Amino acid sequence: MSDSIDSSAVTADAAGLAAKPGTGQSGTVVRSTVMRRLIRNPLGIASLVILGTIAILAIFAPVLAPFEENFANISKTLAPADSVNILGTDSAGRDTWSRLLFGAQLTLLSALLCAGVAIAIGLPAGLIAGYYAGKFEAVSNWVVSILMSLPGLIVLLTIRAAFGPSVWISMIAFGVLISPSYFRLTRTAVQSVRNELYVDAARVSGLSDLSIIARHIFSVVRAPIIIQTAAIAGVAIAIQSGLEFLGLGDPTKATWGVMLSEGFKNVYLTPTLLLWPALAMALTIGGLVLLGNAIRDALEDGEKIKHRKKRSVATAEGTTAEPAKARQSRKSVAAVELGTEHHLIKVTNLGVGYPQADGSVKKVVDDVSFHVDRGEILGIVGESGSGKSQTAFSILGLLPDNARIVGGSIQFDGNYTVAPGDDRVNQERLSKLRGKRISYIPQEPMSNLDPAFTIGYQLVTPMVRVLGITKAEARTRALKLLTDVGIANPERTFDAYPHEVSGGMAQRVLIAGAISCEPDLVIADEPTTALDVTVQADVLDLLRELQQRLNIGVILVTHNFGVVADLCDRVAVMQNGRLVEEGTVRDILRNPKEQYTQTLLGSMLEGKTPMTMLVTPQKEPVA
Amino acid sequence: MSTSVEAPKNAPLLSVENLVVEYPSKRFRAKPFRALTDINITIGQGETLGLVGESGSGKTTLGRAVLGLAPVTAGKVIFEGNDISNASRKERRTLSRDLQVVFQDPYTSLNPALEIGDILAEPLAVQGMEPAAAKKRVRELLDQVGLPSDAIHRLPREFSGGQRQRVAIARALALSPKLIVCDEPVSALDLSTQARVLDLFLQIQRDTGVSYLFVSHDLDVVRHISHRVAVMYHGEIVEQGPAEVVTRDPEHPYTQRLLLASPVPDPDRQEQRRADRHRLLANQQRQNEQAGAVA
Repeated sequence: MSDSIDSSAVTADAAGLAAKPGTGQSGTVVRSTVMRRLIRNPLGIASLVILGTIAILAIFAPVLAPFEENFANISKTLAPADSVNILGTDSAGRDTWSRLLFGAQLTLLSALLCAGVAIAIGLPAGLIAGYYAGKFEAVSNWVVSILMSLPGLIVLLTIRAAFGPSVWISMIAFGVLISPSYFRLTRTAVQSVRNELYVDAARVSGLSDLSIIARHIFSVVRAPIIIQTAAIAGVAIAIQSGLEFLGLGDPTKATWGVMLSEGFKNVYLTPTLLLWPALAMALTIGGLVLLGNAIRDALEDGEKIKHRKKRSVATAEGTTAEPAKARQSRKSVAAVELGTEHHLIKVTNLGVGYPQADGSVKKVVDDVSFHVDRGEILGIVGESGSGKSQTAFSILGLLPDNARIVGGSIQFDGNYTVAPGDDRVNQERLSKLRGKRISYIPQEPMSNLDPAFTIGYQLVTPMVRVLGITKAEARTRALKLLTDVGIANPERTFDAYPHEVSGGMAQRVLIAGAISCEPDLVIADEPTTALDVTVQADVLDLLRELQQRLNIGVILVTHNFGVVADLCDRVAVMQNGRLVEEGTVRDILRNPKEQYTQTLLGSMLEGKTPMTMLVTPQKEPVA
Repeated sequence: MSTSVEAPKNAPLLSVENLVVEYPSKRFRAKPFRALTDINITIGQGETLGLVGESGSGKTTLGRAVLGLAPVTAGKVIFEGNDISNASRKERRTLSRDLQVVFQDPYTSLNPALEIGDILAEPLAVQGMEPAAAKKRVRELLDQVGLPSDAIHRLPREFSGGQRQRVAIARALALSPKLIVCDEPVSALDLSTQARVLDLFLQIQRDTGVSYLFVSHDLDVVRHISHRVAVMYHGEIVEQGPAEVVTRDPEHPYTQRLLLASPVPDPDRQEQRRADRHRLLANQQRQNEQAGAVA
């Protein structure tokens, strides 16, 4: 079992919502790393400190505040700051600092209440709607649409008129109004994992729906809910203070909104009365927003930070590589080794590597040499992580940006595309060849056709560009090509969109596209792996027929020895980035010299006695 | 392991009778989509039934119907004499002791957020096993599928595809079931990994006498692991019989096409097979034309 499967799994997982590192946190392990990442982030630690300080001040308000919130000293109104009233007093002679502290208590509690109500309604409803779908989802979608179409502020004003100026009631109402945001968030997250196989496995194990939701589903929504709550709490504070600022609050309670309103009335007399509650609100809301961002970064962008590091290394190398680039353009004129010009493609001691964060280079292709002549099919065989696709991509010049050629050369038809000493594929030279003289047949036919354009358009456009022919000529050519690749009704396929044809048909279209500009070399990367076996046989027939008729060179990347036996003249076996063995197809398949090739062929099921052990010795426990 | 070797062989462990599965169409008042038509299969104690077919043939749906994950429109699924086609969740919980599953994709069949130990303990906990006993059982299971015992505290993403599939197999084995539905369990794996996992399946069957419903698109895999084979095409079983017969000398035209389409790893024999296939296709086309002319 190769490690590469693991690493590809990690990247695949990282892409999926279900696998966000840390959304799970069943174990404390994951939690602590999220917490640590949060603290390491300057924004995270700053927002935590701000919010923590405000919370502590609010909790200990009765102890810290020198006066009662409504204690009024009529003889000392609108006083400036002094040693008794450290932030001064308001128009009724109440202590601003004390009111600020008590106000923090009430403001934070009401924000929590609002978020709590919204979660209490939105989360369960979203979980149920997402998990069961059906009628409940339909009905709750209606309710959500109605709630979202209500003008929030007007509803709050109406409620205030009906129930009186209570902070709590207006915050409960606002919680209800804002609950759709939780509902939608939860429902979407649940829908994305509802049909995951591990949920099916839990069902087969007989887990009740409640346990499945609690164990497997809830963990997915936990992180987004926390982030959402930070934002919602900020909004709640703003809305509540806004209402009170309009004079709709409860004047007997000290809140920041009431203080703001009071300060606004006296803005010409004592502008600082407006400053303090505004500052408190700005700090709190800002802190909440930053905290939300920091949590999201900690949960989701663990990868990104790594990438950034990687890129900085890359750019550092890039700067030193600048003179090398200049050398490269000079060298690309350099002639290839004498006596090798006749090979269509020749790869010599090729190495491909990826610079790592720690400065080392991870080699994925190491010292690989082979050649292909016109009219010849070379099979490159290997398991996942053997470097076979990376080799193919370096010939095509389609390696990812951060990849480096760490050694060797590639020459096509007597000219270097990667000269010795180059650290990158020469895109200038290759872009003239790619699509015209070197073409490519991918593994996944469907994902390699653009669903937004007709098949005809996708065939015609490259021909017009590369061959310089008119659209009408290209159309005639495309129809002929579609006939050539065995499509019964070329006109209909020409006008069809990719989703209207089957996978086998789509692969025929891609093959037609690959040969449309009369290439000399076709690189086929697992061209039949995604197809059914009967369709595979047809596509292999097609490839063989076209290759013989057009006398092109083909590099066939595959993991299937059957496909190799069917098509190839010569075979190269790869393992862990190295070329293990190369030879004619009969030599390699019948008399493999290397241990690894023997193991691979030994794993084939064809010709084995059924019901016997393949690799493990009989009667031994599997280890 | 409580294998009922002495159990009478005549009563099949699982039998599926005239099963029909239909999915309601998304469109208003449209005809429901029929995924399976009139399916009849049986599986005996310690027996493996291979289910082979191409994409869209309904082979996965059949496995899911047995597990209660697909809606049974008509017909019966009988397990140990009881009709389970419409079993309640509570009955399923009891059933899960005897009926388990290994899915195709080892990447999505394990919850990425749970440690291996928790994943394996889940079915045990459902059956009310004490945590201490469950922990002991989990260690046994890891040993049985050839994983180190320190795997308990690791997350699925730390394992390769083959290792994850071993975890999925261990989860299926946790309650010592009588039947495991294996839905393409090796098709996402590399060749050498596939061989090792197939060995594991065979070894487990020898040790525990478990039965398999083994779903695969690969005729070679099915031939290797099955006692009997059923071939599915467009939601129906077109041919069924002993593995050797069905996979080497099939009767149905579709199975014949399937067999000759699968390439062999030798250039000369493959050339022969290719020629045979072209001859077969020509023959079948001629027959079809004749049948069409008669009709």
